[in-house]
Amino acid sequence: MTRRYDLSRAGIMGATTSGTARVSIMAVLITVGFTTTLFLLAGANPIEAYLQYLVVPLTKQFTLLEVLVASTPILLTGAAVAIAFRAGFWNIGAEGQLLAGAVAAAAIGPLVGDLSPWLAIPLMIAGGALAGAAWVLVPALLRVRLGIDEVVTTLLLNPVALLMVNALLHGPWRDPKTGFPESPRIAASAIYPDLIPKSRLHLGFVVALVVILVAWFVMTRTAAGLRMRAVGLSPHAARFAGMNVERTLLRVALVSGAIAGIAGVGEVAGIQHKLTSGLSSGFGYTGIVVAMLGGLTMPGVLLAGLLLGDLTVGASSASRALNIPSEMGEVVQGVLLLVTVGLLAVRHGRVTRSDPPPDEAEVDLEPAGAGSGEPGPRAPVEPVPI
Amino acid sequence: MRILYGLTLPDSGEIQVGGQVVNIRSPRDAIAVGIGMVTQHFSLVRPMSVAENIILGRARGVRLDVDAARRLARDASERYGITVAPDAIVGNLSVGEQQRVEILKALARDCRILIMDEPTAVLVPHEVDALFATLRRLVAEGLSVVFISHKLGEVRAICDRVSVLRRGRMTGTVPGSTDERDLARMMVGRPTFGVGRAMADERLVGPPRLRVDHLTARGAHGLDVLRDVSFAVAPGEILGVAGVSGNGQTELGEVLSGMRRPTAGSVRVDDVELAGATPQAIMAARVGRIPEDRHACLVLDMSVAVNLMLERVDDFLVGGRLDQRRILEHAQDLIARYAIKAGPHDRVGTLSGGNIQKVLLARVLSRDPRVIVVSQPTRGLDVGATEYVRTELLARRAAGAAILLVSEDLDELLALSDRLVVFYEGRIVGEVSAEDADPERLGMLMAGRGVAA
Repeated sequence: MTRRYDLSRAGIMGATTSGTARVSIMAVLITVGFTTTLFLLAGANPIEAYLQYLVVPLTKQFTLLEVLVASTPILLTGAAVAIAFRAGFWNIGAEGQLLAGAVAAAAIGPLVGDLSPWLAIPLMIAGGALAGAAWVLVPALLRVRLGIDEVVTTLLLNPVALLMVNALLHGPWRDPKTGFPESPRIAASAIYPDLIPKSRLHLGFVVALVVILVAWFVMTRTAAGLRMRAVGLSPHAARFAGMNVERTLLRVALVSGAIAGIAGVGEVAGIQHKLTSGLSSGFGYTGIVVAMLGGLTMPGVLLAGLLLGDLTVGASSASRALNIPSEMGEVVQGVLLLVTVGLLAVRHGRVTRSDPPPDEAEVDLEPAGAGSGEPGPRAPVEPVPI
Repeated sequence: MRILYGLTLPDSGEIQVGGQVVNIRSPRDAIAVGIGMVTQHFSLVRPMSVAENIILGRARGVRLDVDAARRLARDASERYGITVAPDAIVGNLSVGEQQRVEILKALARDCRILIMDEPTAVLVPHEVDALFATLRRLVAEGLSVVFISHKLGEVRAICDRVSVLRRGRMTGTVPGSTDERDLARMMVGRPTFGVGRAMADERLVGPPRLRVDHLTARGAHGLDVLRDVSFAVAPGEILGVAGVSGNGQTELGEVLSGMRRPTAGSVRVDDVELAGATPQAIMAARVGRIPEDRHACLVLDMSVAVNLMLERVDDFLVGGRLDQRRILEHAQDLIARYAIKAGPHDRVGTLSGGNIQKVLLARVLSRDPRVIVVSQPTRGLDVGATEYVRTELLARRAAGAAILLVSEDLDELLALSDRLVVFYEGRIVGEVSAEDADPERLGMLMAGRGVAA
């Protein structure tokens, strides 16, 4: 019997999570602090509000399943964003890629009525993945070939995707009888089966778990994942070691877009069964919160995705129970993102401000807890001379 | 220089300006006491006009007084003969003109002491003449200038007094008219031998293994930084590259490592053409690379074990997965063989400079390279690590590797190299064998005074 070498735990693969876990927990605590004031302003008891937000949804089977339903798209977009960020591709466009995937699903779904679900569903998933990847292809190429900042280009393609959805719904796909801006229903064989009868929990949740599992394996256990992380942590060192940085970035970007596209397929095939303009309530953006809060690791994404799903379900019931605006849930999410990013920035900024002697300089530049290997936001890292 | 401008804080000592001790903690303090600096890399906003650049950082209040800046630029051009059009866009100006804008900027802040760091490095000859004329006029007006340069000819042409710094110490201050040979001697000093190489008799002489022909490359400024460089290194030979920093050695290392594309010329290892090849192709030709920016060439946030296998990830796969046990064993093996004081799980960023260098050394040497390109191998290392690195390189030489050693440390070059080439402004200006390498002559060559012996 050989000894089990669990290197990822021990940190050999650069995947220890203690540092990021600390940041995430602190982010949650600070957010609770901040939002307490907001709840008071809204005239609600903050403790009661948080019970409503986080605990109550877990106490009933129906709402518990709804939590999983709400988590499904953001687990996928969270994984998509985390993978991209980990490699240093700042994909802010998961929202647009999700919509592109949804469009593909809505286009394929009505045509596959003659096929068995075993063929129809994989076909739709593949179509959605391709569409999501296609949506990020241009920003990825611009970044890799011309060095054009993908933050801007991926972000700007989000409203373009929404406009495309609306153009389709008000144009060729408009319901000819009712005139509603909705695409034709997808075929029965293309609908994600329910996991539990009489609930809305659908196959998409399993798809999300499988994607996260595969992504975790690839990131921590394969050469491709190692290259990806090396490129994200130090493109220069990765190139020096013989890695093709551009190719790695391009692949990661496409995979990220594909996963976001699959999230879009899930919303069409699992929930709406057709394309509507209200398909996504910002799942792509929430994915950024999930990824950052999860420390860009897959176990972290799983936890953060479920937490935010909980929060979403809680927010809608809390608004009824406590008579506070349902937008409070989004406010809490927004604060959570800002606090997480802020904490990461502080952690990087604090240590980089020192001015060590030239040669040994970089040794001390990285934060003490950066064994996690998460790159953090890039903007505040460089101290500017003069 | 960085201390004078407040970019680095001194550990001890004091600075006096006009007889008064001043405490400079930031560039703002430096400007306040009348110190201005013009660095090699200009801090100009390229899309803005000259006048706008001049008032930048001095603008108080809401309204921008661009007219005042224009006036100032015009006055200056009359008084000091610094001619620049106030409304010209900086990005459209030549490098020499941009430098004038930098000087104007400093003058506009009432600077009384102007520090110029290698001001001629980015200039073409006639711009140098214009700069010198400007500086002479400014000095006549009462400005003090600290002119930092490694070019003896320039120093003698423009300076009243010369202070020579070597390894952070002041070697002495002499009149500007001092003989070039004496200056060169002060710059280079007497070599002291540490680790010595075995003498030439055991050298394996054969056809060159690494051949570089007519290599030309551009640097960050878009100017040629390597110009028609040719040399060859035989198996079992160490060829040293000497030169003051910034004369093309960095770029030579980058080109040979696959990190910079040359614009012309060839690099061959055993007749395999490698000019412009990827790092991967270069490694496949069994070239080992130990770069001068060692921190940037390791992934500091990853473990020692991963960094040790990063150049050959594909060798550690089993059925598509990384074989973590072999990665660990490989790391433990190299850590023991190269006396790295760290565990395989430690983040490379937490290691000392010496151990970081040993990680690179282990990664490179464990692949038994036939050619080694190594830059500044012992810079910043303590004595023990320095000795270790040098011993390893000599062992590789004995084993028949062709080694190109780029170093700013003349002692190191003289101790290790069989032959030396001297770089000056991107060219090889001289070649000497180790036996008759003479510090004074090397110093002259390095300072651009390549008198034929």
